[in-house]
Amino acid sequence: MPVVQRLRVRYAKRGRLRFTSHRDISRAVERAVRRADVPVAFSAGFSPHPRISYVGAAAPTGVASEAEYLEISVTRRCDPDRLRAALDTSLPPGLDVLTVIEAAGGNLADRLECSAWELRLPQADSALAEAAVEGFNAAERVEVERLTKKGLRRFDAREAVLSLEVAEGTETTAGQGSSQPCVILRMVVRHATPAVRPDDVLTGLRLVAGFAPPVPPEVTRLAQGPLDVGTGEPADPFGPDRDITRGGEAEPVGGHVGGDL
Amino acid sequence: MPVESLFPRLEALLPRVQKPIQYVGGELNSTVKSWDETTVRWALMYPDAYEVGLPNQGVQILYEILNEMPETLAERTYAVWPDLEALMRTEGVPQFTVDAHRPVRAFDVFGLSFSTELGYTNMLTALDLAGIPLRAADRGEDDPIVLAGGHAAFNPEPIADFLDAAVLGDGEQIAIAITEVIREWKAEGSPGGRDELLMRLAESGGVYVPRFYDVDYHADGRIQRVAPNRSGVPWRVHKHTVMDLDEWPYPKKPLVPLAETVHERFSVEIFRGCTRGCRFCQAGMITRPVRERSITTIGDMVDAGVKASGFNEVGLLSLSSADHSEIGDIAKGLADRYEGTNTSLSLPSTRVDAFNIDLANEFSRNGRRSGLTFAPEGGSERMRKVINKMVTEEDLIRTVSTAYSQGWRQVKLYFMCGLPTEEDADVLGIADLARKVIKAGREATGSRDVRCTVSIGGFVPKPHTPFQWAAQASHEVVDHRLRALKDALRGDKEYGRAIGMRYHDGKPSIVEGLLSRGDRRVGEVIRAVWEDGGRFDGWSEHFSYQRWMDAAAKAGVDVDWYTTREREENEVLPWDHLDAGLDREWLWQDWQDAVSDVEVEDCRWTPCYDCGVCPTMGTEIQIGPTGKKLLPLTVV
Repeated sequence: MPVVQRLRVRYAKRGRLRFTSHRDISRAVERAVRRADVPVAFSAGFSPHPRISYVGAAAPTGVASEAEYLEISVTRRCDPDRLRAALDTSLPPGLDVLTVIEAAGGNLADRLECSAWELRLPQADSALAEAAVEGFNAAERVEVERLTKKGLRRFDAREAVLSLEVAEGTETTAGQGSSQPCVILRMVVRHATPAVRPDDVLTGLRLVAGFAPPVPPEVTRLAQGPLDVGTGEPADPFGPDRDITRGGEAEPVGGHVGGDL
Repeated sequence: MPVESLFPRLEALLPRVQKPIQYVGGELNSTVKSWDETTVRWALMYPDAYEVGLPNQGVQILYEILNEMPETLAERTYAVWPDLEALMRTEGVPQFTVDAHRPVRAFDVFGLSFSTELGYTNMLTALDLAGIPLRAADRGEDDPIVLAGGHAAFNPEPIADFLDAAVLGDGEQIAIAITEVIREWKAEGSPGGRDELLMRLAESGGVYVPRFYDVDYHADGRIQRVAPNRSGVPWRVHKHTVMDLDEWPYPKKPLVPLAETVHERFSVEIFRGCTRGCRFCQAGMITRPVRERSITTIGDMVDAGVKASGFNEVGLLSLSSADHSEIGDIAKGLADRYEGTNTSLSLPSTRVDAFNIDLANEFSRNGRRSGLTFAPEGGSERMRKVINKMVTEEDLIRTVSTAYSQGWRQVKLYFMCGLPTEEDADVLGIADLARKVIKAGREATGSRDVRCTVSIGGFVPKPHTPFQWAAQASHEVVDHRLRALKDALRGDKEYGRAIGMRYHDGKPSIVEGLLSRGDRRVGEVIRAVWEDGGRFDGWSEHFSYQRWMDAAAKAGVDVDWYTTREREENEVLPWDHLDAGLDREWLWQDWQDAVSDVEVEDCRWTPCYDCGVCPTMGTEIQIGPTGKKLLPLTVV
């Protein structure tokens, strides 16, 4: 059956669901789409697959996110709001569907230029963190190494970091961890190849100033999108779709979910 | 007393382990009940990794049934991988359930389902991590009752020292009965402590409490007798049989994991039991009689299960699924119902006959037509007579010809090596059979694009089967025969390249054999292996044959005596006091028939041959046809 509509979905992975891998999420979404009776299109061929594509680089296993993106192709027109509610109900709590919008064309992946990240570092020393951030920002290059699927790679972690600062706040909120003092780092990082991930920046802080938090950080992707040069932050990647279709979040949700999406 | 969640402490460890999602819980259709509002609490364990344990039907069924009971709570726990085990030990985090992350030691019952003996070392890890003493004799009033079930529990003697109790057979009704005994005992203020509770369970005759039985040995090591050591304890403990599967339509709400697991499908048992009478098959012997689930209940369960899970594959499970009296209508009904929905159907464990090709065609209507699997089990006609696998070479060739001509390109054949009376020629017969399969396939298709894979497992004699007296083949013999087979296939210019061979070496089978037919003296070996670091013995990357042999030597246990020694008719076997319903004389007669190549028919369609199960257990064969059909689902 032909594709009549493409829908763009922003979803979050929160709390203990941050331990899902990208593959775990794709299985969960496929099943949720079936339970919610979404008229998803299937690829042709020997082994048909639902046409759901994941846009941009997924937040790594163990990293929470407020801004992951996927696209669903459907064979019958769907109301974006109802689809949002139905998918959200069918997904486990912690995989939360935030926004659904009809695609107005263009390539969503091209709009995901940078990400804003937050790192909560329990039991870390804030003065040391301040000094390390200062050192990192002052450096021109910070070479780090990371074990990738292709082996150990060495690359610069500095250039892609558009901003890095120590933010206000002293408590952990992610997961169920009890409140305790912590240092919060906030950064905006340009998507590059190889990708510079928050843990690469942490490695950089250790190399630059010997800053090493005592326990693993709680990392959250706050946003991703095109770089707004005015604010230095990622802008809403759905902007162009919104301008054209004006669909999305505002309309009231219908009576029952599923069935007649 | 409130029991706190261990999750905050566990969460701090999760970024440092592989596949952390498996420890997080929160599966779709999982249940978390209030601790304080329940009075009897079960921790259920499948003693293997989450990815293997989660799909297990037995655990899912008991989990759902127990949680449906008022004032009863059931949570699940699985074996943690060595990376997390190490962190849990350094950080002092005990064995936890994945549902509410409660400590296993806080529960009333710690129930373990053993599909295989190779989970025994994982049980010891879980007990130890939970802070529960390994030996049942060392446990106190605050420790749970450690209870084993599953097929391996039909001979729990090797782990008797670690168990408080064991249950044989279908778990549904006995789990409820045990819950009520515990509830009553707790309501009375737990009179007489642990000992009285175990006594109440033992008195019923349906729960085996090893400590209430003493084992005496002859000077030569054979068992002299197994006898109760106090009054009120029955001489024999009987298995449990659920008679009407339509009354027990579980699982209703299948657990849907976030983590990847070995079976990603909704499975429905279409019947229990099998009377084909394959002599090597413990499952077929201990689950008698055949009890079918009706076509309408199967249809309802599939409909509800697919809706509740979102799975895109349905598995119709049983020991020989094509034997259901209405399998044709079930297959057609489901294929019609799911036409065009990208929902595929699978039918594991099918026999070799042409009818199954029609079924397979029906089942593949909505999906791919890639490979078919059959299990002739024996490589020669004589061997198949010995094991009572009544498949002729003619049957097999005719079946695979049909399969190839109807578009299937790959046939997989299962065999065993090391069967009683087996000689080199019987195993080399596998190569002949595979050649004939390819030849037939090429003739049927006019193409050389057909393949056959032979998959060979080592035979392990099991308790409660006619082969329980048999000598297991040594691993040297098995390896020699597998090598000869491999050489024969490799040297074949005409057909060799179209035939694949999959096998394991014979050593793990020896350890499995030791654990299968072992007695209480084997417990020391298990413990020594575990202390030496033995974990996940079902995983080749973790299994160490040498570790088992060293531990056996240390414990003074002669592995050959337990494995490669043939038993006499009158030898007391370690499981003789545990009653699977099978008449011992019939088993012996069937063993004698086996070595004289005498076959026995299936009692579903031929007269009763007195295996003993139905009269002993008060059961009977329950099969259709009902004559009903599956209605297509209409959109409301």
